[in-house]
Amino acid sequence: MSVAFYPGCSLHGTGNDYAQSAHAVCQRLGLDLTELEGWTCCGSTPAHNTSALLSVALSAQNLRLASDQQRDSLVVACAACFNRLRSARHEMAHDEVLRGRVEHVLEAPAPLDVRVDHLLELLLDTYGLDALAARVRRPLTGLKVACYYGCLLVRPPEVMAFDDAEHPTSMDRVLAACGAETVDWPGKTECCGANLSLSRSDIVVSLVDRLLDQAKRAGADVVAVACPLCQANLDVRQTDVTAQTGHRYDLPAVYFTQLVGLALGAGADELGLDKSFVDSRPTLAGWLS
Amino acid sequence: MPTASDIASEAALAFRARIEHLSGQTVSSCYQCGKCTAGCPVASEMDTDPARVMRLVQLGARERVLRDEAIWLCASCETCVSRCPQACRLPRVMDALRAVAEQDGYARDNRGAALLNRLFLAQIRAFGRVHEMSLVAGFNLASRRPLRDVTKGPSMMRKGKLHLLPQRSANLPAVRRIFERVQELEGSET
Ligand code: SF4
Ligand code: SF4
Repeated sequence: MSVAFYPGCSLHGTGNDYAQSAHAVCQRLGLDLTELEGWTCCGSTPAHNTSALLSVALSAQNLRLASDQQRDSLVVACAACFNRLRSARHEMAHDEVLRGRVEHVLEAPAPLDVRVDHLLELLLDTYGLDALAARVRRPLTGLKVACYYGCLLVRPPEVMAFDDAEHPTSMDRVLAACGAETVDWPGKTECCGANLSLSRSDIVVSLVDRLLDQAKRAGADVVAVACPLCQANLDVRQTDVTAQTGHRYDLPAVYFTQLVGLALGAGADELGLDKSFVDSRPTLAGWLS
Repeated sequence: MPTASDIASEAALAFRARIEHLSGQTVSSCYQCGKCTAGCPVASEMDTDPARVMRLVQLGARERVLRDEAIWLCASCETCVSRCPQACRLPRVMDALRAVAEQDGYARDNRGAALLNRLFLAQIRAFGRVHEMSLVAGFNLASRRPLRDVTKGPSMMRKGKLHLLPQRSANLPAVRRIFERVQELEGSET
């Protein structure tokens, strides 16, 4: 199977530690993660807020590129891009009228021959947990992780068909294969406020406050995420949480790929652990060489 | 001669039909159970909660709902979809309302999510990709809060998370063509 990696705008910017650690992990596992050449923005929330057709067409453009570059699958790490790309494919496949409109806009047939997979699915289904466990050099024994899936990986369930929408375990299973202990907590698929972060940061702050509180009560040492926007909200907004509510957590929010990379023997700099606001290195010191 | 209330109800029906068409959802199937509101993470911040937004669309209360801030507070988290017993995709109704609010000029003075959406799409049109630093700076300026999060920029820059210059996709022309053709097609239909 030939894959192309769709990074999306955030992974070339504020989420570059996610990209860095995803590449470190795949390189160690011998998985090809070559970027889709000439990729363009998936349109994200602003496109579907404005026009359903625009949203699907902007995502379909990238599926078309992948198809032209003879790829079978587009692998995505950002949960928000993943949601848009997989939804676009789903909608084109299930709605003939929409498909016709998209084909008119793209002046090309709908690129339905390309699958859309999340990096977690690549690790779970293509690579396999046993193979992953066999590559672990520094098991994360004793590290308690709250896996945070947020909204867009899992919802809407009929479209995303990713794991169990109410109780997803994909990330838990990947990190358990790396030796970590994943905690049971109620916040797994609660919303962090997403892009209200700019227009209404007060709402994001109260949602993040609740999530951090739940993770901490469950005994987590770190929260693991699969989305650059979730990471930014959970990490960068912690000082605002303290300012607005008086609660102080100092709970690092790391990408799941940073933890997998750590278990595979990658170093802090290679994984971009220096880039978050709440420094995870003191917590992870025992596993850093 | 039609009476004023006949005309009003015709307009109301037309509005409901427009939202149903754009969203692909049968708004009239909503029986107001309130489960969407119960699970919505931002309902407590809304003057009109998600179930009420559905009710307003059923009633065709165009002005009221298009001016309501609720449609710009919805974070598109899709929690309500997985809870709705009528399998209504409420976020699509929210999308349709935002699109109509934008088209019909109700979002012009919005300095929140609608402004962010416009700036974001302008970036895609300009570069084929989004340049986060100028997006945030542009948003803060246009929403007249230039100093918002001002302490975060420099440390992001030091951490190598922000780039001064935007990246331009090699496929920018294809993206511009998509915008043009969508506009053409949608323009010919209204
Ligand atoms: S959950 Fe569905 S049926 Fe119930 S009020 Fe909300 S939209 Fe209507
Ligand atoms: S999609 Fe919007 S209305 Fe539905 S639960 Fe999320 S924020 Fe509330």
